[in-house]
Amino acid sequence: MNDTYYWRPAAALWHRDIVRFLRQRNRIFSALVTPLVFWVLLGAGFSPSFRPEGGGKVSYLTYFFPGTLVLIMLFTAIFSTISVIEDRREGFLQGVLVAPVAPGAIVLGKFLGGTTLAVGQAALFCVLAPFAGVTFPLHLLPALAAAFVLVGFSMTGLGFLVAWPMDSTQGFHAIMNVVLMPLWMISGALFPLPVGNSVIGWLGALNPVTYGVAAIRQSLGDQPTADMPALGLSLAVTAGFCAATFAASCLLVARRRKVA
Amino acid sequence: MDAVAASGIVKKFGDLTVLHGLDLAIPRGELFALLGPNGSGKTTFFRILTTLIAPDAGSAVVGGQDAVGDPAAVRAKIGVVFQSPSLDKKLTVRENLAYGGALYGMHGSPLAARIAELSGALRLEDKMDRLVETLSGGQQRRVEIAKCLLARPEILLLDEPSTGLDPAARMDLWSLVASLRATHGMTVIFTSHLMDESARADRVGIMSDGRLVRVDTPAALLAEAGPEILRVATVDAMRVSEFLKSQCGLAPHALEGEVRASASGAHAVCVRLTAALPDAVGSTTVSKPTLEDVFLFQTGKRLNE
Repeated sequence: MNDTYYWRPAAALWHRDIVRFLRQRNRIFSALVTPLVFWVLLGAGFSPSFRPEGGGKVSYLTYFFPGTLVLIMLFTAIFSTISVIEDRREGFLQGVLVAPVAPGAIVLGKFLGGTTLAVGQAALFCVLAPFAGVTFPLHLLPALAAAFVLVGFSMTGLGFLVAWPMDSTQGFHAIMNVVLMPLWMISGALFPLPVGNSVIGWLGALNPVTYGVAAIRQSLGDQPTADMPALGLSLAVTAGFCAATFAASCLLVARRRKVA
Repeated sequence: MDAVAASGIVKKFGDLTVLHGLDLAIPRGELFALLGPNGSGKTTFFRILTTLIAPDAGSAVVGGQDAVGDPAAVRAKIGVVFQSPSLDKKLTVRENLAYGGALYGMHGSPLAARIAELSGALRLEDKMDRLVETLSGGQQRRVEIAKCLLARPEILLLDEPSTGLDPAARMDLWSLVASLRATHGMTVIFTSHLMDESARADRVGIMSDGRLVRVDTPAALLAEAGPEILRVATVDAMRVSEFLKSQCGLAPHALEGEVRASASGAHAVCVRLTAALPDAVGSTTVSKPTLEDVFLFQTGKRLNE
């Protein structure tokens, strides 16, 4: 991991992602607006009937706020990693692959780019927190920051693993609808996961995104309940998920160079 | 030491063998052309030399480094100009060059100085802050070349460099290549399906069906094709071909609407042919051989179908 062929190229690719993003204002907009519409409409629709288990009076707008943050990060990360497919098609990637750059540096640059954008967009959405009755307990801010970064990183990782082998953006959208969106839906983002033995409960427990949602939810001051893992565990699993997607992506990039 | 030493290169895609044991040595400082039609395997070979893919068998040493075992070492020595530019069109010329340099570990004032130097050499000074997508094809190619030269590669590899360039931009490109070779002794390797372009090279490797059919200087290849080439435009290639073979002792190639043969004293053959088969002969042309004729005589196929 020398400076010349690892950190500098990674930093350049990271920086490029952000410059590109800021130049394409419609991307900023689209990654924010869809989750916002979800939040407002679902919040308005479900709030009257929403009764989480264990009592308590939580409005659905409040409940759905952390899930919306994760959705924003998922969308931003997806838009960011879809550029891998464009880069491949338009030739930019070839130029990167014939440069003496370590595979890990290509992955790191992309992951940091996606993470920065995802965290930035999520932070932007936080200005709406007062309308949701969501507060930011000071002592939990470090945990929230960590949760944002880890969730952004792992969402970018998921997107990268899907995007790298693809030749068309259509294929990516198919995987997004069939795999990525369901991962988000059964993460406790949209509804509390059922407690006890049930298929959804088990799927939720196996779903790494569940831990990201739980980490953000608890960093916003929610008390841990039976339907979600504790904050420490949530952060640890999300960090593990980050490491796993990063390692898998590095392997994928190193391998792709050898074969096709 | 050679700039490129490839031996026994085999590449398969599934059941299809694209390269059948290629051997090639290119000395340092040479301008080398890989000439062949689409599908001849030249781009696959190019991708092996540039470390984008690994061969299934054989070895490729580029710039003294093993392209299979240590691709990163090769990448540090080569500059690659792709057919479709590897530029980010949403970024400015300057940004593209800065990021391009960073990929080679360059930074700070040495990188800025190098960018300034190349932007001057490639006449890009007034375009530095324009988005690449607003530049013409020729200008984009110049940016691409500037990006490839940033890290002072020993070997420059160009894939179909003239594609998409107008004649003026082509002349520009080749005069730049000539000056790079003159000032830095750079080895330049390019693929082409154009015979006039390949004729510029010190040596030409003719590729067909995954094999290097011949490697020699353009002059030697042209000399082999004979002093004169006879082309007959005809509606009956079979009859014309038969006549040239049996009556004139030539080895003609019958093509679609045309018969071509190497002949000394071609003008005399024209007269005999026209007299014997007046209804079959549309027109006759006698010319010096080109590399396209060489390709035809070597492979029995036309270069550009």
